[in-house]
Amino acid sequence: MAGSSETLKRTPLNTVHRRAGAKMVDFGGWDMPVEYRGVLAEHQTVRRGVGLFDVSHMGEIVVAGPDALKLVQWVTVNDASKLVEGQAQYSALLYEHGGFVDDILVHRVSDHEYFLCVNASNQDKDFEHILRQAQAKKFDAMVEDAGSRYAQLAIQGPRATEILQPLTATDLSTIKRYHFRDGSVSGSPARIARTGYTGEDGWEIYITPDESERLWGEILSAGMAAGIEPCGLGARNTLRMESAMPLYGHEIDASITPWEAGLDWIVKLDKGDFLGRDALVQQKEKGIARKLIGFEMKGRGIGRDGYEVWINGVAAGWVTSGGPAPALDKNIGMCYLPLEQAVPGQSLEIMIRGRGVEAVTVPLPFYKRANPQKAQA
Amino acid sequence: MYPENFRYTKEHEWVKVEDGVGTIGITFHAQKELGDIVYVELPKIGTIVEQGKSFAVVESVKAASEIYAPVSGEVIAANDALANAPETLNSDPHGEGWIAKIKLSVPDEVNRLLSPTDYQSYLGAE
Repeated sequence: MAGSSETLKRTPLNTVHRRAGAKMVDFGGWDMPVEYRGVLAEHQTVRRGVGLFDVSHMGEIVVAGPDALKLVQWVTVNDASKLVEGQAQYSALLYEHGGFVDDILVHRVSDHEYFLCVNASNQDKDFEHILRQAQAKKFDAMVEDAGSRYAQLAIQGPRATEILQPLTATDLSTIKRYHFRDGSVSGSPARIARTGYTGEDGWEIYITPDESERLWGEILSAGMAAGIEPCGLGARNTLRMESAMPLYGHEIDASITPWEAGLDWIVKLDKGDFLGRDALVQQKEKGIARKLIGFEMKGRGIGRDGYEVWINGVAAGWVTSGGPAPALDKNIGMCYLPLEQAVPGQSLEIMIRGRGVEAVTVPLPFYKRANPQKAQA
Repeated sequence: MYPENFRYTKEHEWVKVEDGVGTIGITFHAQKELGDIVYVELPKIGTIVEQGKSFAVVESVKAASEIYAPVSGEVIAANDALANAPETLNSDPHGEGWIAKIKLSVPDEVNRLLSPTDYQSYLGAE
């Protein structure tokens, strides 16, 4: 069933996953665990307790030098000048026409160093894009494709902090959401960030690949009493979908702008010029034609990525992501619709195998944790 | 694991034939590969199906998969219990997780399917 795994890229934990009996799949050219015990069980473990993910496939890019901030400001939409040392922000790289190159996390390490976490499948493209812009604008900054220097583990769920704290001397209670600190975990140097892609509290730790197997084992041991479980990309996807976090290639891509994707909040037009700004200003004046919205299935069936969405017997849009929402016990999804119809309460038909199945639009996100720490935009 | 009196397809369906009626489901291997099954689209009673053609759909969290009829004939029963308990396909794929019953129109067809031994060798080689 699976393709040849020999040509796929592997994280340093690949043999650990295989030995543990994880189901492996080709994820954007990476041989990754899609599930351990099962997607639904892993999803609930993260919502109620704590789960551990290997996300070493994610890319890292370091921008350093006197013009590091200028370069980051030029290639991203959010205002990185607002970041203090040890703070991170969700942002995006755009093309000149306003479409997405990628969505990313920008970490301010120091005045002259920024650490970007980017999507695995976009790593090469992002690196070349940033490098090209640095050269074109003659910025005095170095751009490093640092992906191979880092493994990344995500410890996610309401009990994540409780599990990670005994393994580090860093006082985790002093790190707010979307902040990070360089310290160590279990004796190994680590960049410890309070970020995640699950909609829960949690941590993403960047470590040296050589130490990843040891840390993976130690975190699992430390969390055993709390019921920690290794989790795969299947649960990572259902978790991010419930929380309405975009996934490149689904909600966002080169043909979509931040206005359309509902990501207005990360675009800071007043920060000065940046790549894609003119196109965004133009589109804002003209108005967008389509917008992302959530839906819930009313009829029996699951609306999935790529399915057509019909309104009053006419094709109106398409599903970007869809599937069961395990914590909500519903079938949900996101879709692009004409602006005037992208409002909650709109009746839809999702075309499932040639048959229209009833659905209704709902506001995003579908799921919000009970007492979130305030996110710092 | 794989009952002696069942016959199997390379697409991982099974059929058990009794008195000219085939009970059909997906194999233990199939449900394991699919993972958590969350939805089943059952065939309508009276549907005429053809061997090797899609006649039902099983959906896991990640994807929708067509189920191919191991034998030709008319659908005379569908397992409605799966509508509210699709996870039965994971927990008991060779028993309570049956999908449909088909009245065979070409009884010989079943002889072209895999025996339990052949199916398990096929799984080993896959």
